[in-house]
Amino acid sequence: MAVAFDEMNIPGGDLRPAYQELARWLKETPPEALEYRRQEAELLFRRIGITFAVYGEAESTERLIPFDVIPRIMSGKEWALLEKGLKQRVRALNMFLRDIYHGRDILRAEIVPDDLIFQNPVFRPEMNGQQVPHDVYVHIAGIDIVRVDAEDFIVLEDNARTPSGVSYMLENREIMMRLFPDLFARHRVAPVERYPDELLAALRSVAPQSASGEPTVALLTPGVYNSAYYEHSFLADKLGIELVEGRDLIVKNNEVFMRTTEGLKRVDVIYRRVDDDFLDPLTFRPDSVLGVPGLMSAYAAGNITLANAVGTGIADDKAIYSYMPDIVKFYLGEEPILKNVPTWRCREPKDLAYVLDNLSELVVKEVHGSGGYGMLIGPAATKATIEAFREKLKREPEGFIAQPTLALSTCPTCTASGLAPRHVDLRPFVLTGSKRTTIVPGGLTRVALKEGSLVVNSSQGGGTKDTWILDE
Amino acid sequence: MLSRTAENLYWLARYVERAEYLARTIDATLRVTALPAAYIGKTNEWDSALLTAGVAASFYQTYEEANEHNVVDYLSFSVDNPSSIRNCIEAARLNSRSVRTALTSEMWDTINSAWIELQAVWSKGTSTREDLAKFLRFVQETSLRFDGSAYRTMLRNDAYWFSRMGVHLERADNTARILDVKYHVLLPEEEHVGGPLDFYQWSSILRSVSALTAYHWVYRETLKPWLIADLLILNDTLPRSLASCYGNLVRNLDQIGVAYGRQGAAQRHARGIRNRLEHSNMNDIFQHGVHEFIQEFITDNSRLGEIITKQYLI
Repeated sequence: MAVAFDEMNIPGGDLRPAYQELARWLKETPPEALEYRRQEAELLFRRIGITFAVYGEAESTERLIPFDVIPRIMSGKEWALLEKGLKQRVRALNMFLRDIYHGRDILRAEIVPDDLIFQNPVFRPEMNGQQVPHDVYVHIAGIDIVRVDAEDFIVLEDNARTPSGVSYMLENREIMMRLFPDLFARHRVAPVERYPDELLAALRSVAPQSASGEPTVALLTPGVYNSAYYEHSFLADKLGIELVEGRDLIVKNNEVFMRTTEGLKRVDVIYRRVDDDFLDPLTFRPDSVLGVPGLMSAYAAGNITLANAVGTGIADDKAIYSYMPDIVKFYLGEEPILKNVPTWRCREPKDLAYVLDNLSELVVKEVHGSGGYGMLIGPAATKATIEAFREKLKREPEGFIAQPTLALSTCPTCTASGLAPRHVDLRPFVLTGSKRTTIVPGGLTRVALKEGSLVVNSSQGGGTKDTWILDE
Repeated sequence: MLSRTAENLYWLARYVERAEYLARTIDATLRVTALPAAYIGKTNEWDSALLTAGVAASFYQTYEEANEHNVVDYLSFSVDNPSSIRNCIEAARLNSRSVRTALTSEMWDTINSAWIELQAVWSKGTSTREDLAKFLRFVQETSLRFDGSAYRTMLRNDAYWFSRMGVHLERADNTARILDVKYHVLLPEEEHVGGPLDFYQWSSILRSVSALTAYHWVYRETLKPWLIADLLILNDTLPRSLASCYGNLVRNLDQIGVAYGRQGAAQRHARGIRNRLEHSNMNDIFQHGVHEFIQEFITDNSRLGEIITKQYLI
């Protein structure tokens, strides 16, 4: 594996410009002061109740995501490039989805193989021919970005269903500003606090035609036991919209209403944080108690907008991912600005043979997996794990893709033995409304706190950092 | 506002109020049982505490004897008792989490901190009297902080009124339950068979509704049972009296009625109870029978809870 790109230090001893002020400040600040602030931050998180749940852990259902007080910094120039690339990618995702559920030009052009769509469990035939307002499918996208050198941004994963983590972007900033006002005074950090306003504007812009002039938006959550519940309540609060559960909604004459103390009130746009499968027991899983019976028929009647649309999973599927560069070129006629990680599709015999021969050097992921569950990191795995995985892979090759182990870039991070480089990724949030696509400058930086670890997922012991885009 | 949000706010307030009431009951019972037997007679005060908390039946399914250790544990820390203080705080936190958007950050902080402290400090219960006193103070302070932060920080809209309704309905129920269990020591002098022993019973009743000092201010008298009954039932200057609770319930329901532009069964039912309290005096009540009066009140009060639920919360 190559040496990781260090976002702060240039080999040879110089500092990258974006980090110079931070380095000066770190030199002036005694380590105890940092540790004290770190504890203060943890206390704040706990008191505010910013917790998440890890499934399968009975005794402690609410945990804090570790927060690292050293910010991750990017220059305005770097951001401008990234922003351009993200907008391009999300535009292509939306056009791809519109095409898949309507004309299917891309299949006829044989850019993406048919069976990858039609035999994919996240493909929703219910969406065939269904009009969605302004042809926006992915209103909120979380694109996971990694860096391996100074020039390129690489997309690790597109999240086009119900991406989470934006509350951490906002709360991390709040807490950093409380704890380190002097450090902020020494930088010009682009603000992120308008995200909720942008989100609300985007959601209202895609209200169905039958909505009144002041469309009513609600956030649909699976409920308090969901791992991202804090984020749901946080966003509903910031947007000033109702936080509803399935049981609060009812469908009548193909319109959606919420039960209020004053009777039924029509809802026009649902920012849903419930997966497709659970949205409507009449259409999808009949055992779902999280959903709203009849929601899909109101959707088909064009009386409700769901954000994100149903069926977007087909665009962030890991098997589709490998075609993204072609998808961008096909719809936009442009070279993709953001790179893809080279990907072996295990469904193709040639690729599978290569993967099986090189398991100990590759990362193998489940096509439909997320959250870092069910993946093999070859270089870090024991022989036995690799052999077990090999059997799984042989049994169901179409369920997996493989990628080289990337040397994710590193940022200085507080550790038990002082500041040390740790691997990071970045999830910026891309909002698409009827007229424009916006990205708040920043995102969620996740950091693998264990030395050498490349897994940044919070469910696997990752932490977060505040992400600073310098306004130059 | 969402019906579920209103429901959560209403129950959140009820749970906090109930936790405080349980803490007061335990505190008052501890004081009375610390007296030599000659002063309190043969009644088992811990058994009364269970009765006023309305959990006697379930208690005896687990325990043989109603003594300090068992009852304190059952009322404070038991996981099996759905209305133990621990479960009240747990339920309050769960309700708060469901309606975070309707709570001010001060209210959330109060409940969340209490929940954190409950787990960090009190997860194993208390082993000494001193610990127990600390715990009871912690519960009462949580309730005071919650009430205070609601009063000082909430918008005066339906969210606030539903929350207050929870407080007053629960409070009326609690006061009525004490009266229900202790009515026999509050009968007028001539009918009364007790004696000086009862002084400690009376002060214990007053203490459990934080009205001992108030009594002296209102009546400027030594403790007299019928005046205690008058204070707890009819005196609307005492925040925990039935009359005061109903004055507030009627006001809150009216505010909701005005905001929503219509009244309903809940408003009518609450007004009916309030009018009866307003037009009663202790003589009539004693004539009618204190016990009957209180039992009717408890039934009427829980009926109001059902009507509110039907009208607004589902």
